[in-house]
Amino acid sequence: MVNCRMFSTIGLFAVVVSVLVVSPVPPTLHSQSAVPKQSGDSQNGNNGDWWVSHDKWNTPLPDKSVYKDKKPAPAPPRDLSGTWDGLAEGGTQAKGPKEFPDDASHKPDPPYSALGKAARMRNKAGEGEEQVAVGDVNDPVDSCDPLGFPRSDLFSLKAMAIAQTPNYVLWLNQYYNVYRTIWTDGRELPKNPVPRYYGYSVGHWEDDYTFVVETVGTDERTWLDNVGRPHSSDLRVVERLHRPSRDILELTVTIDDPKMYTKPWVASNKLTLHLLPADFDMGEMICSPSEMSEYKKLVADPVAGDSK
Amino acid sequence: MRNKVAIISLLAVGFLLASAPMSAHHGNAGYDFTATVTVKGTVTDWIWSNPHCFLKFDAKDEKGDVAHWIVEASNPPDMLHAGWSASTFKAGDEVTVDVMPTKNGKHVGRIRRVILSDGKVLGGGGRYVL
Repeated sequence: MVNCRMFSTIGLFAVVVSVLVVSPVPPTLHSQSAVPKQSGDSQNGNNGDWWVSHDKWNTPLPDKSVYKDKKPAPAPPRDLSGTWDGLAEGGTQAKGPKEFPDDASHKPDPPYSALGKAARMRNKAGEGEEQVAVGDVNDPVDSCDPLGFPRSDLFSLKAMAIAQTPNYVLWLNQYYNVYRTIWTDGRELPKNPVPRYYGYSVGHWEDDYTFVVETVGTDERTWLDNVGRPHSSDLRVVERLHRPSRDILELTVTIDDPKMYTKPWVASNKLTLHLLPADFDMGEMICSPSEMSEYKKLVADPVAGDSK
Repeated sequence: MRNKVAIISLLAVGFLLASAPMSAHHGNAGYDFTATVTVKGTVTDWIWSNPHCFLKFDAKDEKGDVAHWIVEASNPPDMLHAGWSASTFKAGDEVTVDVMPTKNGKHVGRIRRVILSDGKVLGGGGRYVL
């Protein structure tokens, strides 16, 4: 059945995909001697014109003050589509998920099982209270292995985009170039699937403004978060995306991994995402092994090395 | 046949053990978080790249010799958010850099902020500013 909304969501999907796919390939480690003045030096939302005058390419995420005076408007029913800003309300989560950080606040740990605690100690992170020396860090992302799910919710959730088609919702993260397919065609989650880095997801509308996603079959080689919390492939994640008004999305993430944790726990509790302008272009943040190697040689190794 | 498989397996294991893992970039431990060193110098290069952009500049050290500094910021989208861009610096620019130094005293560090020759102040992209 064809209707206007289907065309506009497919159109948005096509725009988002084409922007991400067709972006020009830059030379590795380009140095800037004669590059024409680019975006980024222009305002970052320190005046009310950001909604009109932001850069159209590699749009920088704005200062959160741009959201302060936005007049609330009703949410469209059963529609999550758009580009969203997770940075403004704390989506970076460098020291672990918002509800369970590993920082100086010394909040309680997630409810590790014995296996979970042992797995946590094997993951040696460069961030958080348990951080180790740079040479001892074994974070898979530092070799540009996939971020994986749910770490893509619980770390570096900055700009992201959602597009809806009749059979699936497509979720795209700016950071680490993540895409996830959430099937809405009524299929059941697979039983005993071969694990994937981003798992297997199905979603349904609980009401007109709440979309619930269930994910299984994630690859246990990925970390759950940026400070090395573990997960097994038995992990089941439930995300609730609630849209109380046009410009706000609230993300709640529940972790249920009976191997690693003694009970389910909420890693993200209504993390707020703000709707971005429809022409917001998500610049790339991609982990490139060759760029990482060059960075290691020039910066990371000297930092970690002995005194001269 | 079994000997061939065994030999090939041993060679494969040996190869895997011998390949050095790429060392981490996600690490704070080499830095002195509370310290700031202010260095004046001349830009030689500005690399706009993942995982972190970095600025190369030359400064005269205590003995009057030229010290080649490399100081890092964050990734390009983070830096755009902070108001920087791929064209913020070019070779020859005179800069004053507030650096989070390393514990080992090498001429590397994290950018806390940069003051350009026109006086404009650029904050270092969030996490490294005191």
